[in-house]
Amino acid sequence: MTYQNVNRGRSKKRSGYLKKKTEPYLYLLPTVILMVVLLVVPIYMVIQYSFFDNVIINDNPVFVGFQNFQELLTNESFWVAVKNTLIFVGGSVIAHMIIGITFAMVLNTKYIGPKLKAMFRVIFSLPWMFTAAVIAVLWKMLLNPNGFINFLLVELNLSSTNLEWLASRDLALFSVTMINIWAGYPLFMISILAGLQGIQSQLYESSAIDGANHIKNFFYITLPQLKPILISLILLDFVWTIQQFALIWMTTGGGPIDATEILSTFIYKQGFSEYQYAMASTSAVILLIICTIVAIFYVRHQRGQE
Amino acid sequence: MVGEKKWYIKLITFLLLAVGTIFSGFPVLWMFLNSFKPNSEIFAWPPVWISDNFTLNAYAQILSDPEKIRFFINSYFVAFIVVILTLFVSILASYSFSRFNYPGKKIINTLIISVQAVPPITLLIPYLSLVVALNLYNSYGALILTYLLFTLPYAILMMTGYFNTLSKELDEAVMIDGGSRFRALWTVLVPVAVPGIVSVGMYTFMLAWNEYLFALALTKTTEFRTVPVGINLLMGQHAYEWNQMMAMSILGSIPVLLLFLFFQKYFIAGMTSGSIKS
Repeated sequence: MTYQNVNRGRSKKRSGYLKKKTEPYLYLLPTVILMVVLLVVPIYMVIQYSFFDNVIINDNPVFVGFQNFQELLTNESFWVAVKNTLIFVGGSVIAHMIIGITFAMVLNTKYIGPKLKAMFRVIFSLPWMFTAAVIAVLWKMLLNPNGFINFLLVELNLSSTNLEWLASRDLALFSVTMINIWAGYPLFMISILAGLQGIQSQLYESSAIDGANHIKNFFYITLPQLKPILISLILLDFVWTIQQFALIWMTTGGGPIDATEILSTFIYKQGFSEYQYAMASTSAVILLIICTIVAIFYVRHQRGQE
Repeated sequence: MVGEKKWYIKLITFLLLAVGTIFSGFPVLWMFLNSFKPNSEIFAWPPVWISDNFTLNAYAQILSDPEKIRFFINSYFVAFIVVILTLFVSILASYSFSRFNYPGKKIINTLIISVQAVPPITLLIPYLSLVVALNLYNSYGALILTYLLFTLPYAILMMTGYFNTLSKELDEAVMIDGGSRFRALWTVLVPVAVPGIVSVGMYTFMLAWNEYLFALALTKTTEFRTVPVGINLLMGQHAYEWNQMMAMSILGSIPVLLLFLFFQKYFIAGMTSGSIKS
């Protein structure tokens, strides 16, 4: 406090004290208002919707308790969406990690100079720079029955016919997962690269003295050192992939039939093409619960690192 | 590892560099090349790399269509306003988090961080009701308001981190001269924090520029639709004009590509802020 305060009266001191107490909250006020309007109220609303029938369309919806949940959990299409979501998310996260570690280690090599390395880092990060709409049209073109991927496969004698990557029920889920793998690995790669650069070189030096080879180094030094970053990345990627909507919506729309239907496209269709807003809200609440559980693990993990 | 040169490690490294370049670069190259072809040659068998009928037609058609120009204007406008609002609100909040200690700080902070775990699709149905109730359906306001929820958490996290690196003596010097804290923030701290602000601004721009779900569901007419929705509308609008889709994709990617190339360091800081603890 400054010397000017000495001359101030008691009331002024009091108001100064009050001001000091409220000041930090005033700076937070816009954020808090936005969070309440955009987060707290909508979450309250969506949970409320899940306990009513005919919300939004009907002015006087009826409270039905857990009936929506019962109905949803016995709905076959919902379980198809859950199964597809698990395959899509599991495949994406595992492949993101493998590709991320491999490319990060290649970019961390000492065989090429820093300028070349920077160039390769930009090229390897390319998928990151495109929005889902662009990635969707790009891969629809590449995976077209007459597209480049089929041309390669036929030329290399790996396939005798032009495969319907996105339009066949057997291949579509595999194809959209591949597209999502392509779109998402750079986050892993760049984060792991930062992690690799943080590993102290003495660790490798002392293991070299012990005569350890590259494979041993990888499993006994590199992986354990990367563990905290990898766990963060897996949890984050899980939450992000489970809510992926744009890529699937623009490539297959959840089809053919329900072959690539995941939870987010299921929710969207329930709401915006079938006008079953209560059902859509119920599935949204289930998705929210899953993401919240994963987020709790994530926060605990981050706290544990401190 | 040290000083040791094993030829097969070198070979694998160069092989993987080549594989990675094709894997990540070829699809992008193919998009670029196809934007200069006539539509009939997109699926030529064997594929045509650079067409004898090289043409800028696709770009000309996109850029001469007022509807498509409108998508670009909308995207730039929405992203620009979202950046300004996000910066203003997040600077205030980060100042509070960085310079004060008070009851409830941790709870509010946790609430803000938890937004990252909330799937946008779970909020979509309540947003639809709210936006209709506020008379914002099919307007810029609907997009700007809803985008703020997803830009603010990152912005506040990154800005707080940046403010924490700046000495408290900076703002105290202003206050000793009789200035208010508010003045200290805007006249002293903000000018010093420009690198952090640039980084937050770019990341916010990218989030807003790329958003698809709310743009699709909360707008109805081409008057308010953004580039990602516009690209998707090209599919099936006419009989698949692939060259135009590629041209529009390139044009729609230029802002983010330029930001990435020139401000890589800031960009990466933003995108990896969730996974790496500094």
